[in-house]
Amino acid sequence: MGLKIEQDHNRFKNIVKGKIRKELREYIGRSEMFGKQGKDIVSIPVPQIELPRFRFDEKHGEGVGQGDGDIGDPLGTADGEGGSGQAGDSPGEHVLEVDVGLDELASMLGEELQLPKIEPKGKKNITETKDRYTSVRSIGPESLRNFKRTFQQALKRQIASGTYNGDNPIVIPERRDKRYKSWKTIKNPESSAVIIYMMDVSGSMTDTQKEIVRIEAFWIDTWLRSQYQDIESRYIIHDAEAKEVDRDAFYHTRESGGTRISSAYEACINIIENDYPVSEWNIYPFHFSDGDNWSRDDDVYCIKLLKEKILTKSNMFCYGQVQGIYGVGNYKRVLDDNFADFDNLITSDIEDKDSIYDSIKEFLGRGR
Amino acid sequence: MNLTPELDNILQKVREVAVGYGLDFFDTIFELVDYNRMNEIASYGGFPTRYPHWKFGMEFEQLSKGYSYGLQKIYEMVINNDPCYAYLMESNETVDQKLVMAHVFGHSDFFKNNSWFSSTNRKAIDTMANHGSRVRMYIKKHGYDSVERFLDCCLSIENLIDPYSPFIKRRKEPLNTHKDKDNKPVKKIESKQYMDSFINPEDFIESQQKKLDEEKAKEKHFPEKPEKDVLLFLLEHAPLEKWQQNILSIIREESYYFAPQAQTKIMNEGWASYWHSTIMTSNILVDSEVIDYADHHSGTLGVSPGQINPYKLGIELFRDIEDRWNKGKFGKDYDLCEDYEALRRWDKGLGLGREKIFEVRQIHNDITFIDAFLTKEFVQSQKMFTYAFDRGMGTYVITDRDFKKIKNTLLFNLTNMGQPFIYVLDGNYKNRGELYLKHRYEGIPLKKNYARDTLKNINALWGRPVNLETVEDNKDVLISFDGTEYKEVYMGLRK
Repeated sequence: MGLKIEQDHNRFKNIVKGKIRKELREYIGRSEMFGKQGKDIVSIPVPQIELPRFRFDEKHGEGVGQGDGDIGDPLGTADGEGGSGQAGDSPGEHVLEVDVGLDELASMLGEELQLPKIEPKGKKNITETKDRYTSVRSIGPESLRNFKRTFQQALKRQIASGTYNGDNPIVIPERRDKRYKSWKTIKNPESSAVIIYMMDVSGSMTDTQKEIVRIEAFWIDTWLRSQYQDIESRYIIHDAEAKEVDRDAFYHTRESGGTRISSAYEACINIIENDYPVSEWNIYPFHFSDGDNWSRDDDVYCIKLLKEKILTKSNMFCYGQVQGIYGVGNYKRVLDDNFADFDNLITSDIEDKDSIYDSIKEFLGRGR
Repeated sequence: MNLTPELDNILQKVREVAVGYGLDFFDTIFELVDYNRMNEIASYGGFPTRYPHWKFGMEFEQLSKGYSYGLQKIYEMVINNDPCYAYLMESNETVDQKLVMAHVFGHSDFFKNNSWFSSTNRKAIDTMANHGSRVRMYIKKHGYDSVERFLDCCLSIENLIDPYSPFIKRRKEPLNTHKDKDNKPVKKIESKQYMDSFINPEDFIESQQKKLDEEKAKEKHFPEKPEKDVLLFLLEHAPLEKWQQNILSIIREESYYFAPQAQTKIMNEGWASYWHSTIMTSNILVDSEVIDYADHHSGTLGVSPGQINPYKLGIELFRDIEDRWNKGKFGKDYDLCEDYEALRRWDKGLGLGREKIFEVRQIHNDITFIDAFLTKEFVQSQKMFTYAFDRGMGTYVITDRDFKKIKNTLLFNLTNMGQPFIYVLDGNYKNRGELYLKHRYEGIPLKKNYARDTLKNINALWGRPVNLETVEDNKDVLISFDGTEYKEVYMGLRK
């Protein structure tokens, strides 16, 4: 149903994003809602624009409250919770930020960077459906009756209406107490993608550089995930030798030693050939390095591998060069010189955290 | 009305019970809506539609986020209008719908009978819709940004009204004597012409003429008396275009419409809660609903330490009043009695409680309600306290449990709906057409950066420099904004 408020809502969202009425920017603040998710208290930030008005300085006035406590005791939460229930059970201990959902984040990213939608290859639009019993409802065939829930419901009703007798605990479900298992149809999409991350972990890559890679990889991940229903990630680290690792090791391993980029590409080709048939998978290799390769010979070998084995199978190959402590190597230039005609190889310089933004745009801006 | 037959049956029953108790309400129309529509209506302050503005979108964002994360949902939504409109959320349980209906009849009765609402527009739904289409028309004509920017300026000062003005005549009728006084020459003593220069010496006549002119200038001083309705003053005197004037008057009209709701929040919610609880527990609830009802009722009345829950304070006070008037716990005898035991057992069996609370709901607003009926015993039994911000601890702490202190603080916070008093003192300050506003200081300073930005918005409306006299660090200070920069002048120490 179309809502009238949508116009106001969009207007508000655009102001918050800074697209229109930039002079209101200084009034944009955040308030928080507290919710519970299991044991954790979750904070959900809500953007707010507060127009200026004549009002009291709240640090000066006094208020009136209600409840236990001695004079001098601090109040639970300064803002209170409003509405119902006791104020948050000591928030501040375990606050997780939900912020925006990843989907929303991806669409914001897409909008912000004006990223084109990706046209997946492979058997698109083919979805496999599967039924899974995940919930309960009050109508259904007897064959699906959920005994436990039914009797729970009946017991609840009998207690509430006072017909339950503890001495003679007979529970008789009525028609309205009955609960049935209910299923959800889950669609398993066939258009799937794999991201293969490769990172140079030789001695010259410091934590700052890895942080940059991590942030960039997160955004790439988020975007690609919004484009494909099913996505896998593989991680390769390399110095002079390459090996496949899990996500955690990928970001935290620090080796020393030289850099032989071809080793990573070999490992990458291995993964693709063994696990991801090109006809069904969209393949995205990303490689991050400071660009200091071992030797000219290895550069040449890398180019050969890329041309023959990787680019032919990938939707897109991205190389991001982060600035190392010894300055920037010249591997990026080598790629640029050799692959000027290939539109599915993209290189990008990432000097510092601020240039991540542009780099993502370079990588993902082509919509492949 | 689009209720299901089941709900409609329930509604008839609840209405019957409510009428049976003597509630006297406007025709009340219930509408069944889904949560999206509910959030939309709630964002519009209960109305089906309003003028376009991002603030409603902001409200919507908040409500729908709160709803989708399961943190809050709106149970009840009702508009002061004749007929009264109320909304029921489709997905609510039957027991919730019953509760909401009962609660709504309480509000509707309050809207109709509380005297502070007597001057409100009872065709507000139509009016708000008209405001909407007018603003939309201006947007078409003058562009979204410029209209919205102007709305922002107006909304920034929407609280600068005089909520008592509908009941008090603040201004004299304009006198018709103006013409006579205009350009009146100084009266001369009659004399022969050759004597005239002696009997009416020229310099005397001149000085008299000057005096007269000064008097006239004084009369021209405007406003004659400090004007609390800043919006009205701007409407009458600011150099606004027709559409701008129109928008400003829309904002002002809506401010006055909503003011009584802010003035009677505690009473209104208390009254509605009193009636939903009375109606539900005496006639409407069926056994199997008791637990859910108790759960939701206690949720509504829950208290959190940092703030007063108007539902809770209101219902408890009404119940306390009812109890006191039932037992005759009032008047001279009761007040003078010092025997604790006798006080505790005091019961003259008057049974005047119901009658009394109906009278209270008619004539009081929150301030007089608290002033007249908040007793020491009540404050103690409700465990009330005052709190303030402690700079050392960086948090709010409990400061006092003294009855007088609590009552005073509560009354202070309700006065002028918790807003600072701002008056227009002069519309022609320094004889340069500058606006001079004064904050009547009562111990709490203004939030500085907000005050400065608000001045900027007023400047946008007034067109000439604007000044605000206020108090900061116990010093009188004049903050001025001339369109490009701020100036602050200390006017001296306060005694």
